[in-house]
Amino acid sequence: MSSFLFYTVNGLVLGSTYALTSIGYSMVYGILELVNFTHSTVYMVGAYLFYILAVVAGLPMWAAFLLAVFMTGLIGVLYERLTLRPLRVRHQPKFAMLICTIGTSIVLQNIFFLTMGSETHQYPSLFEGHYLRVGGFNITAVQLVIIVATAVLLLAFTLFINHTRVGMAMQACAQDGEAAGLMGISVDNIVSLTFFIGSAMAAVAGVMGCMSYRSVDISIGTAIGTKTFASTVLGGIGVFYGGVVGGLVIGLTEVYTAAYLGSNYRNIPAFLILILILFLKPNGLFGKKTLKKV
Amino acid sequence: MQRNKRFFDLKRILPLLLAAAMYAAPLAITNQYVLRVCVYVSIYSILACSLNLISGVCGQVSMGHAAFYGVGAYTSALIALSFGLPWPICLLAAGVLSALVGLLIGTPALRLQGGYLVICTVGFNELVRLILLNWVSVTRGPMGLTNIPRPRFFGVAIHSGRQYLYLSMTLLLIVYITLRNILHSRFGRNLRAIKEDETAAETMGIRVHREKVTAFAIAAGFAGMAGSMLAHYMLYINPNLFIGDFSTTILSMVVLGGMGSMPGSVAAATLLTVIPEALRELDRYRMLIYGLMLICMMLGKNIPWDTTPLGRAAARLRGRVKIARESEHGGKD
Repeated sequence: MSSFLFYTVNGLVLGSTYALTSIGYSMVYGILELVNFTHSTVYMVGAYLFYILAVVAGLPMWAAFLLAVFMTGLIGVLYERLTLRPLRVRHQPKFAMLICTIGTSIVLQNIFFLTMGSETHQYPSLFEGHYLRVGGFNITAVQLVIIVATAVLLLAFTLFINHTRVGMAMQACAQDGEAAGLMGISVDNIVSLTFFIGSAMAAVAGVMGCMSYRSVDISIGTAIGTKTFASTVLGGIGVFYGGVVGGLVIGLTEVYTAAYLGSNYRNIPAFLILILILFLKPNGLFGKKTLKKV
Repeated sequence: MQRNKRFFDLKRILPLLLAAAMYAAPLAITNQYVLRVCVYVSIYSILACSLNLISGVCGQVSMGHAAFYGVGAYTSALIALSFGLPWPICLLAAGVLSALVGLLIGTPALRLQGGYLVICTVGFNELVRLILLNWVSVTRGPMGLTNIPRPRFFGVAIHSGRQYLYLSMTLLLIVYITLRNILHSRFGRNLRAIKEDETAAETMGIRVHREKVTAFAIAAGFAGMAGSMLAHYMLYINPNLFIGDFSTTILSMVVLGGMGSMPGSVAAATLLTVIPEALRELDRYRMLIYGLMLICMMLGKNIPWDTTPLGRAAARLRGRVKIARESEHGGKD
């Protein structure tokens, strides 16, 4: 029983990083109807920037963290501005944008491969050696921090989306970009902001994920890519809290599978869940049914 | 007279000339490496042409095409290894099984729209890779299948690069002509109608879902045949050949060649095979350049040059030069 609790905490930590990353997918899909393949690479970029700033440049942890998150957000804005906006404003087909996001992902990944190498680096962590002893097993302090930080961030994000003018403008763009534009909302700025917030959240998730694993390498983005897709779709794409629930469910199933069936199978349930949910309930658990207008 | 004129019509003769040139060309190639790249170009062209049917013509973006390629390769190799059947039978079996898997996945998946379909096919691709990787008793997992027999015709095994090129080119030609005929049939026109407007197509009495699934299964079948060709050419396959990244490459070929255009798909397949090979010298920078190339191609293909910031700057410069020149002329007058 205590090992079950132990796995649950691990699953929640993993799920938190998925949940934060899935918000970026969800927002971009909501506004642009685009599956953003760069997003999982941005997770890696955030984690690496923190590593570079904190370990290579030797900044204090909090400064490195804030700077890394901010820079990752800017990278998000930049690639949208350079590769996606020119296609979007000319109403070019979605395929072209899709392939652009894949191209950007390859470019970002290789920039970090060329500068940092492909080897695994040891990642700095918070509160080394501190842990909480609950019923015969240990919860490390960093795990607690991750779970609490995720909850706080998600709460802040919900308040922002529902109770500020900018947040409501984002919702309006997601419902109908054209109409929002006619109401005086600058759709371009909202899209930039969306990429900023999404990328910054992915960076937070990347840093926290790497802190709990204590290592970072080039492939972490690809590794979580399809799993965060799965959590987004499970909760209903475009529905933020849905992605959060989806992330937690996928994180927990992954850890339970690894624990009880063997770690070879840990990646399989996410895809099974993904395909099953798409076939049975494509709009996700919390998604609204969309009517196609003719 | 009229008939004679028609007979020598360039449009009719050009494809024949092209085919003749295609068959004559390998005789002039002696470099084994070039022959190898050419075989890959033919195999990838088959993949691009088949994906073009579902993604280009019918507008259903699939990012799991490499999975069918893998299913075909493994089917063909396993049949050849365990039953020793001749290659043409393995090829057909690979095509049929891949098409069946396509039917199985396509039936529910093609009810999804846009981004959902993309995600679903990405997931499917990953699932197939994981199955190939973990079903060790059949696929030998990460070690892959080795000693796949070479194709034999009338007791003679195909072994030189040139013979393989002829074989893969012939397969490409057959697939190309079949797909071309499909495009010009009633079914092909239905697919195009579905791409234009699904609701309108349905109103006109086209069974949208059935046509989509049929196209998906046909595309999957041809991808499986390409896989069989690959398996009996490389003589060794492993799950890493069929990852999602490769599906992306195939889709890029279709998009770059122009959605729905078969010659475009072949041209883009050639380009996206030859350029990375040419970049092999640059080794470490190869993938970085490849990514930049993808972005530039997508932007360059879809955006008129004059509307980009750089293009505008160039136009301003041209304008200034023109004004300067005109004022020069004015001075002389």
